[in-house]
Amino acid sequence: MTRGEPISTESEWTFELLERYNEEIAKIAKEFGLDTYPNQIEVISSEQMMDAYSAVGMPIGYNHWSYGKQFLSVEQSYKRGQMGLAYEIVINSDPCIAYLMEENTMTMQALVIAHACYGHNSFFKGNYLFRTWTDAKSIIDYLVFAKNYITKCEERRGVDNVEAILDSCHAIMNHGVDRYKRPYPLSPQEERDRQQERELHLQKQVNDLWRTIPVSESNDKDATPKRFPKEPQENLLYFIEKNAPLLKPWEREIVRIVRKVAQYFYPQRQTQVMNEGWACFWHHFILNTLYDRGLVTEGFMIEFLKSHSGVVYQPPYNSQHFSGINPYTLGFSMMTDIRRICDNPTEEDKEWFPDIAGSEWSQTLDFAMRNFKDESFILQYLSPHLMRELKLFAILDDDENEDIEVMAIHDDAGYRKVRETLAAQYNIGNREPNIQVYDVDIRGDRSLTLHHTRFNRKPLEEESSCEVLKHIHRLWGFDVRLHSLQNNELKQSFTCPPSIEDDQK
Amino acid sequence: MNYIVDRRLNSKKKSTVNRQRFLRRYKHHIKKAVSDAVDKRSITDMEKGEKVSIPGKDISEPIFHHGSGGSNTRVHPGNDKFSQGDHIRRPQQPQGQGGNSGASDSGDGMDDFAFQITQEEFLNFLFEDLELPNLIKRQLTGADEFEFKRAGFSDEGSPGKINIVRSLRSANLRRIALTGKKRKRVKILLSEIEALESKNNESHDDNEIQALKKELDELQRKIKRVPWLDDFDLKYNLHAKHPVPSSRAVMFCIMDVSGSMDRQKKDIAKRFFLLLYLFLQRNYERTEVVFIRHHTSAKEVSEQEFFYDRETGGTIVSSSLHLMNEILNERYPASQWNIYGAQASDGDNWQDDSANCYRVLTEQLLPKLQYFSYLEITNRDHQDLWSTYEKVLQDFPKTFAMKQLVDASDIYPVFRELFQKKVQ
Repeated sequence: MTRGEPISTESEWTFELLERYNEEIAKIAKEFGLDTYPNQIEVISSEQMMDAYSAVGMPIGYNHWSYGKQFLSVEQSYKRGQMGLAYEIVINSDPCIAYLMEENTMTMQALVIAHACYGHNSFFKGNYLFRTWTDAKSIIDYLVFAKNYITKCEERRGVDNVEAILDSCHAIMNHGVDRYKRPYPLSPQEERDRQQERELHLQKQVNDLWRTIPVSESNDKDATPKRFPKEPQENLLYFIEKNAPLLKPWEREIVRIVRKVAQYFYPQRQTQVMNEGWACFWHHFILNTLYDRGLVTEGFMIEFLKSHSGVVYQPPYNSQHFSGINPYTLGFSMMTDIRRICDNPTEEDKEWFPDIAGSEWSQTLDFAMRNFKDESFILQYLSPHLMRELKLFAILDDDENEDIEVMAIHDDAGYRKVRETLAAQYNIGNREPNIQVYDVDIRGDRSLTLHHTRFNRKPLEEESSCEVLKHIHRLWGFDVRLHSLQNNELKQSFTCPPSIEDDQK
Repeated sequence: MNYIVDRRLNSKKKSTVNRQRFLRRYKHHIKKAVSDAVDKRSITDMEKGEKVSIPGKDISEPIFHHGSGGSNTRVHPGNDKFSQGDHIRRPQQPQGQGGNSGASDSGDGMDDFAFQITQEEFLNFLFEDLELPNLIKRQLTGADEFEFKRAGFSDEGSPGKINIVRSLRSANLRRIALTGKKRKRVKILLSEIEALESKNNESHDDNEIQALKKELDELQRKIKRVPWLDDFDLKYNLHAKHPVPSSRAVMFCIMDVSGSMDRQKKDIAKRFFLLLYLFLQRNYERTEVVFIRHHTSAKEVSEQEFFYDRETGGTIVSSSLHLMNEILNERYPASQWNIYGAQASDGDNWQDDSANCYRVLTEQLLPKLQYFSYLEITNRDHQDLWSTYEKVLQDFPKTFAMKQLVDASDIYPVFRELFQKKVQ
């Protein structure tokens, strides 16, 4: 490869330069097989960036006070200089929208283009979770539909009523996904067209469930009392949308909207390490390739490396800056490590990763990107080499023990344990309480019973659980109970509205 | 395909609605912060926003999450001294024993949510639910402002103002009107000709057909001759000049500066005047303020002198009312100005003067005034002036108001009470 002329030498960016850099980056991305959606790169000001921030990554959001709160706090800390704004925000849509801030220097813009428009973008397009759970083509249209629908509801039903429903839905937003079933693809056209039809249909279903006309005797006798739902349901929002007895059709539609939005964000919550690692790996690789080809200057590289090393810095556990494992560091290190294993495997690597040691690195990485989520990715690819490098150690903090125990460290005896523990840390099922709809008293007081199955004896946080229960009660309309179970033994119990005995306590 | 788009010129206020939603929801908290601020702030400060903080607990969005306890495992980076099986003492944190006793309900660890509201928002919250008593936009001041308003259509005007739709519509009407008879006749002729022609096979009555056809031609020529657009079809948009009403108000601040009014009382009075001023400013386009202070004699002074000059002496309240009346007659004719008066005093007055006050107020001033409020800043018993004013209140319950203030924290509540929206 012949060395070319640097594209630019100044730190100021212009639209022509953006185009040039984008072209070169696209070329490299293509050479190494990155498959991306088309890019829509939008240059915005810092105020607009704050707007984008507060919309929590949705390019178009419905109106809700919580976004206002988000905005105020971002604005406040930005003005006080407590935090800088991110250099970019990227949205999983087709075309993939990336926001660049106008304050960035040319180097940062190039970095951001490589990171977001080729790194994240190809991840969105390739990773199986995104492919299963989100539909990049229609998300923007769906959000427009949602926004309009909610605005219309506000006009017709009053802001307060809509806000109340949204509040309640947001409270259980994390419990709005079927983890094991593939959802129907979103189609905004269909959403719009069939929305009314669905209202009727939904209401009919609900009516069937709550039919109060007595059934003929003969049926009743041999029917053993069945539970409803037959099997516990983990998707609370879906269950409420379909079965809550008192919701009006428009309220059901709002529950559905929140559920769809939750579903859209679901993959992002499970692939943070991988997604950021992938994007960091590629911006690092692409910019270095640009340098190798003589398209950027040394000054450019110094500025880039300074920023890059800041992003992937991992403070040790005893540093005052420590706040958990930095997903950028972990992801980037793992991706780089996989490439190392492919290119220069050691004996240890050959033993641990016989199938990838010495293979073609870009294909191996591509396979990893497509077929894993954080949890399984770590379990599969975290190497002893990297564990030593990051000096990882696992601790056990059990409230039955007097002190904290070091379970395993980065040595032969501990590699597997550390790896398992770290992987479990990224399992949503472990991080968030497992709460399921257990029973509805259809023939009686219509009360809803939820079960929390304890994981590692972890209890529910009481105050917030009571609050969330109030929200569920608002949606369900009748008594709601929540039991926290450990090996089928009742440990905690919440009721909303609180029963009289609870009050006396 | 890649696009690079410059969005910087798009509106940056995408979050405005959400921000307002938030303020609306926490109105209660913000109002409290605002009214606290009024008490604490110095007067020059009034024209800016305010920092509001809301307890984090009140605005949290609850979700289900794990509490402390159970068995937790974590992986940390940067091991420098541990090996497998080591035991580490738990860091002493307010976790307490057993988990849920003290830590959860004291709610520590949750910081207050603090943010800034703008001056505009600050004043909105400050004056919310308040209404100017007898707010009337009197008098259109001077003829200096006009605006053109649409006033229908006219047959004359400059070509630039032609209303195309109207013009074409009237042309269309004219054409229909002028050709109606003829077109009816054409129809009849056509059907006759057709009838004749169908019979034609049997009888050969050519002449008749020829005559009819001739008439038909003639008629069609005539119809064509009606012009498509004529001069008098043209319609023009008409705009008329309207004077723009601009309302203005004058506010008289009257204060007793006799020896008994100390620094602190003046300060209280000052804040009240200031609130009134801000309030008027928001409601009228132009607001003027006249400061009158008095002891035994009254004098019109500048703001600086009004609040900060020291002067002592006896107290004759009516002198200030007389002066106010004079100034009114000279400079602020009641037909053109909305006049407000606010008087602050500690209630002292020369024994025989109260009757004078009553007379001036009821006979001269109140009929011209929009509103007059009297504040007595004292913690002593009421004196002569109060009972006199009570009589005034009976005579003019709508335009006169009186209240007693004891210390600074009373100002805002009293102000609100005086200007509360009257429920009809």
